[in-house]
Amino acid sequence: MKPIKSNDVMLQTLTRILVFIILSFSIYLLFAGHNHPGGGFIGGLMTASAIVLLYLSFDIKSIKKSLPINFITVIGIGLLLAVATGIASMLFGYPFLTQFFDYFHIPLLGEAELTTAIPFDVGVYLVVVGAALTIILTIAEDDI
Amino acid sequence: MNNLLVLPMVLPVLAGIILIFLRPYVRLQRWISFSVMIVNAIIGIILLNQIQEQGPLRLDIGGWEPPFGIMFVADSFSVLLVLTTSIVASICLLYAFSSIGKSYENMFFYSFVNFLVAGVNGSFLTGDLFNLYVAFEVMLLASYVLITLGGREVQLRESIKYVAINVVSSWIFLISIAYLYGTMGTLNFAHLSSRIAESGQTPLLTVISIIFLTVFSLKAGLLLYYWLPGSYSAPPTAVAALFGALLTKVGIYAMFRMFTLIFYHEPSITHTIIGVLAGLTLIGGSIGAIAYKDVRQIVSYNVVIAVGFILVGLAVATPEAIEGSIYYLVHDMVVKALLFLLAGTMISLTGYIRIDYMSGLIKNYPMLGWMFFIAMLSLAGVPPLSGFIGKLLIGQGTVEVGSYILLALVFISSLFVLYSLLRVFLISFWGETIISEEDEEPLKKGWLIPCVLLTVATIGLGLGAETISVYVQDAANTLLNPDIYIDAVLND
Repeated sequence: MKPIKSNDVMLQTLTRILVFIILSFSIYLLFAGHNHPGGGFIGGLMTASAIVLLYLSFDIKSIKKSLPINFITVIGIGLLLAVATGIASMLFGYPFLTQFFDYFHIPLLGEAELTTAIPFDVGVYLVVVGAALTIILTIAEDDI
Repeated sequence: MNNLLVLPMVLPVLAGIILIFLRPYVRLQRWISFSVMIVNAIIGIILLNQIQEQGPLRLDIGGWEPPFGIMFVADSFSVLLVLTTSIVASICLLYAFSSIGKSYENMFFYSFVNFLVAGVNGSFLTGDLFNLYVAFEVMLLASYVLITLGGREVQLRESIKYVAINVVSSWIFLISIAYLYGTMGTLNFAHLSSRIAESGQTPLLTVISIIFLTVFSLKAGLLLYYWLPGSYSAPPTAVAALFGALLTKVGIYAMFRMFTLIFYHEPSITHTIIGVLAGLTLIGGSIGAIAYKDVRQIVSYNVVIAVGFILVGLAVATPEAIEGSIYYLVHDMVVKALLFLLAGTMISLTGYIRIDYMSGLIKNYPMLGWMFFIAMLSLAGVPPLSGFIGKLLIGQGTVEVGSYILLALVFISSLFVLYSLLRVFLISFWGETIISEEDEEPLKKGWLIPCVLLTVATIGLGLGAETISVYVQDAANTLLNPDIYIDAVLND
């Protein structure tokens, strides 16, 4: 007897909506990290969980088609970003990993404080996303 | 403020990251990682000479003043070890180029070697206890991958033990850090040291110091070495050589730091324990070294003996003994790498791991045989070679404080080292040759050259002891006078 193909309409429709909410919340967490609870690590985990939700409700092949990202490269880019912010301060003659910040007026957002801790945190974020998804996908695709 | 200090850690990290993107380009990967090691060695030499002029250097990472921020401190001891690490790692890489195989090189092998070296260098240079923990983990995570990479059955079996023991010891490390932070309220080495000196080393602190001793004994293989021989004989030769040369030495370094800089007020308790443990390690290692017929086991037990040896110097803690330990530490990193490479070459040439299956290798590979002979003499401590001066100074130190039992153990264990390796030499290199002229595989240049370089290094270390004695004396001086370190860090 062939297994009856289950109908995931509810799950898939809800996922389409929920993924956007989770993703925007994860981005909020990433940028809130400086003054409120949050930061690169928790933001990265939340993004990873959104993508895992996608993988759960659709099959791996179709998500791979719409998200053609090699997550190992994402880890590399994240690490590179984090180390590069450290090295950038070295190039200007300050100690390794010195933080710089200034206030800028950004349209729509208004007065904002931009620091070099942001690229570092984005680096952490990318590493967490990449590592979490590499682990999950490697185990999922291991058919042997 | 000296950004040069952080480069021995940052360069390998950066190289390791870049190599992730260069996965298909094996040749480029090789040369990037090799040149990083060479640059590190050059930086090490520059730093050593700067330290002679200016005393210990420090770098406040992020520009935060000492007790508050993380910092890197370079004194002669740590930079000597960084320099040796870079040289040994570059030579092990040279060996890996022709031995490790394409399947490894495509699976981020060079990235992980770079991360391993970054962790080792970070542990040597850091001036903060928690940062030491992090650097340890960087090193250990890379070593977990390197030990399992390849996925042979024996590797998986040994790596489970290795990972389990290291997870437990890292957990104890964390707990002991928590205890220390709870009592002293700081984690900076210099700040801890000055606070403990002010308040006196209370019994509570002595207990904490013994927990630290347990942790580093697990990492260094001081008496708690039962994980070591198995896990060091599982990985491929080049990796085993890196492990044998670097990993236990980081534990030894941490022990030296803790018990000369921070917990030096109760030597009658802590240093006595270290002495007893070192003595037992020497006995256990000696028994292990002569008990096996597997070359890799014999070599691994020689690592254990060396650990006991170096820590006898710490237990005695006279200037001569500390100097001797530093000499021996540097010598041991070089010569253990050589020994592991030679043992690995013997195994891959003959296809056997037991010494009684190989025979007459010297007829086929005279160069290899005589290099093994030199390594053996060097480890046993025969005068013109590098092991001699360290053993002599440690022996002098033990005589000075009158601990004749340790003295006897040190020299008897030297005989055991000599015997265990001489047995390998006599059984597998002498005798009737088992490889006929036709079946003889030519010794690859890529295998021979790294061994020759290390042999030259061990002879050079022995003959050129005078040249490095300035640095070693300075290192011992800083270790024995914690004030120099504290002044360089806190009162600038």
